[in-house]
Amino acid sequence: MANIKRIKVGTASCGLAAGSGAVLEAVKRNAGNIPVVEVGCIGHCYAEPIVEVECEDGSSIFYSRVAGTDDAARKIIALSDEGRFSIPEKRASLEKNIVTRLAGRINPVDLAEYRANGGFEALKRAFSMKPEDVVEEVKKGGLRGRGGGGFPTGMKWSFLAAKKVPEKVLICNADEGDPGAFMDRSMMESVPYQVLEGMLIGAYATGATKIFIYCRAEYPLAIKHLTLAIEEMKKAGLDQLAGREKPLEITIKEGAGAFVCGEETAMINSLEGHRGTPRFRPPFPTDSGWNGLPTAINNVETFANIPPLIAMGGEAFASVGTEKSKGTKIFALAGDVKNPGLTEVPMGITLAEIVYDIGGAEKGSVKAVQTGGPSGGCIPAEHFDVKIDYDSLKELGAIMGSGGLIVIGKNRCMVETARYFLSFTHRESCGKCTFCRVGTTRMYETLERIVAGNGTEEDIAFLEDLGPKIRKGSLCGLGQTAPNPVLSTLRFFRNEYEAHVKDHVCDAMECRALVDVKLNTDKCIHCGLCIRTCPVSAIGPDFKVDNAKCTRCNSCIEVCPKKAISRVRKGEGFNSSISK
Amino acid sequence: MSEEFSYLNQLGSDKGDLIKGLQLVQSREGYVSDEAICAVSKHFSVPEAEVEGVLTFYAQFKRVKPGKYQISVCDGTACHIKGSTQIQAWVSAELGIKDGETTPDGLFSLVTVACLGCCSLAPVLSINGKVYGKLDRKGLTRILNEYRKMK
Repeated sequence: MANIKRIKVGTASCGLAAGSGAVLEAVKRNAGNIPVVEVGCIGHCYAEPIVEVECEDGSSIFYSRVAGTDDAARKIIALSDEGRFSIPEKRASLEKNIVTRLAGRINPVDLAEYRANGGFEALKRAFSMKPEDVVEEVKKGGLRGRGGGGFPTGMKWSFLAAKKVPEKVLICNADEGDPGAFMDRSMMESVPYQVLEGMLIGAYATGATKIFIYCRAEYPLAIKHLTLAIEEMKKAGLDQLAGREKPLEITIKEGAGAFVCGEETAMINSLEGHRGTPRFRPPFPTDSGWNGLPTAINNVETFANIPPLIAMGGEAFASVGTEKSKGTKIFALAGDVKNPGLTEVPMGITLAEIVYDIGGAEKGSVKAVQTGGPSGGCIPAEHFDVKIDYDSLKELGAIMGSGGLIVIGKNRCMVETARYFLSFTHRESCGKCTFCRVGTTRMYETLERIVAGNGTEEDIAFLEDLGPKIRKGSLCGLGQTAPNPVLSTLRFFRNEYEAHVKDHVCDAMECRALVDVKLNTDKCIHCGLCIRTCPVSAIGPDFKVDNAKCTRCNSCIEVCPKKAISRVRKGEGFNSSISK
Repeated sequence: MSEEFSYLNQLGSDKGDLIKGLQLVQSREGYVSDEAICAVSKHFSVPEAEVEGVLTFYAQFKRVKPGKYQISVCDGTACHIKGSTQIQAWVSAELGIKDGETTPDGLFSLVTVACLGCCSLAPVLSINGKVYGKLDRKGLTRILNEYRKMK
């Protein structure tokens, strides 16, 4: 049996939420002299808590869904066969770990370990080049902004580099606000040095003297790791760029819970201590940004792409991907899928491969995928053969966005899904532009009406009319993309909207106002669990669900051991106020 | 400045740190009171109205005192798809409070948040920052009871 070199426990946010804190304690209690380290996320969130045993011979054994008990820990240390985990072959063959190579494999805050795995080699290579050649290299790599905009990074950098002023600013956009996206969090938690190395290279290439990392406050672990990593880097003198007199200023700023601050000019306002409303462009931030200084803003994943790009060279980097979208993209896969988590894949992979082969969703169980969060659109299963890149998804009325991929199962209502996204955007609209402020609210109200069963056919026409107007009448990306979920569901699932307004039917049985709850007496074993669970006492001793009282909270459906209770169409269940 | 908020002096008076100042106040007090707004206004030399304007823009800031245990129910996309509306309804039913309210005994307060970033464990909620995932009806009751016992 191989000797154990060390044991790694995944304690990124997703691991901790799955209980890896207890696992870590248990492993430490039982490991004796074997070193135990905390690592980030390897992307297989569905298998958390994950423990990796690194052997002297260089091999690794993974254990998944580890319990936080001494017994489980002892079994792992004995290299038991039980609970071993290997990455499914099909998934492994589709993934390409360029940016996430070290994520979850190294101690996130150990500078020496990052260096031992090739860390800061790219920075060294950059220093051996002239700054303008570094910008050229990034251009050659064809890297485009990973935050969703898709603007060529090299070009943005060249705008900033062209400004001949003593002070310039580089901002790392770590305000990952799209619900359903968590790749930036994972990168900051798992490989903070890689993200920071990307920023150092960016500062060297563009001549920036000041770096801000604008991170959302909801990511405390990411902030902790970045803070520790910056301290270590300063101690090692890495903040001193080649050819500079003064070390680079690096500051972390915490966001305060405003989605719109992910928009770059709103972020600049927020960094200056104002309300986070977007600004008119021009002037563009590279002309006049933070406190009037030339400023470039790049996303976390974009920065994380820089060290591998510089290390392998632009040409090699550009050999992966499609003609106009180079490299890989990290997607955050969640929703109605068996294996949610992070996956890094080459651009140009099909949605089907991600959803079915990587995500493990069953064919036929999926209705659509929502890409790009609330700014994106839904793509129905019949279009899953589309190759994912920045441009192809636009043609379908969606966007690639920052990489959130929410899989929507057959049992979900698309009108409700659209309503949900609008509930988010109308709340998050900063209020500056009337069409965004009022328009998204009107859209939301209309959708509320439809899911409540009070919609009319005019409502559908109203949504179709209003959508393009909100797009045109909004200053920033939030408003320009807010109608996407509505317009794309209208395009592909118009029948569902029509069923809601014409027949007052929700076939997915999701819209509360359009369903009743019914207990099937043939299946019922009279255990009484539902009666005890019902928060509103809607189930009588005769085991009838009274729909006049029922709030459709699903508590009884969840607890029933015989699956005897289900949602049915409105009017098909018992209702005391009607039968009396 | 009143002594109560003298910890603001650990920050410079650069206006760019206004949000940081408010975050510091909230981490100490749990919320931002009228008195705190006055103190922040003096510290950064920014009118009180502007301080309130900035803080009401950001969802993170609370103007009322929260409960001992702050429950944040995630309503991000993944959680929503996985039934976070139910989770909210259940928490409301168990505690008798709505979004943004605190129980009369001051033990629990409830807010809905956009996304906790643990989408793969949806539906999730967090209590004082500790995340609980893959929630169902029974699990939720068990978790709440644990906190009730701790008081």
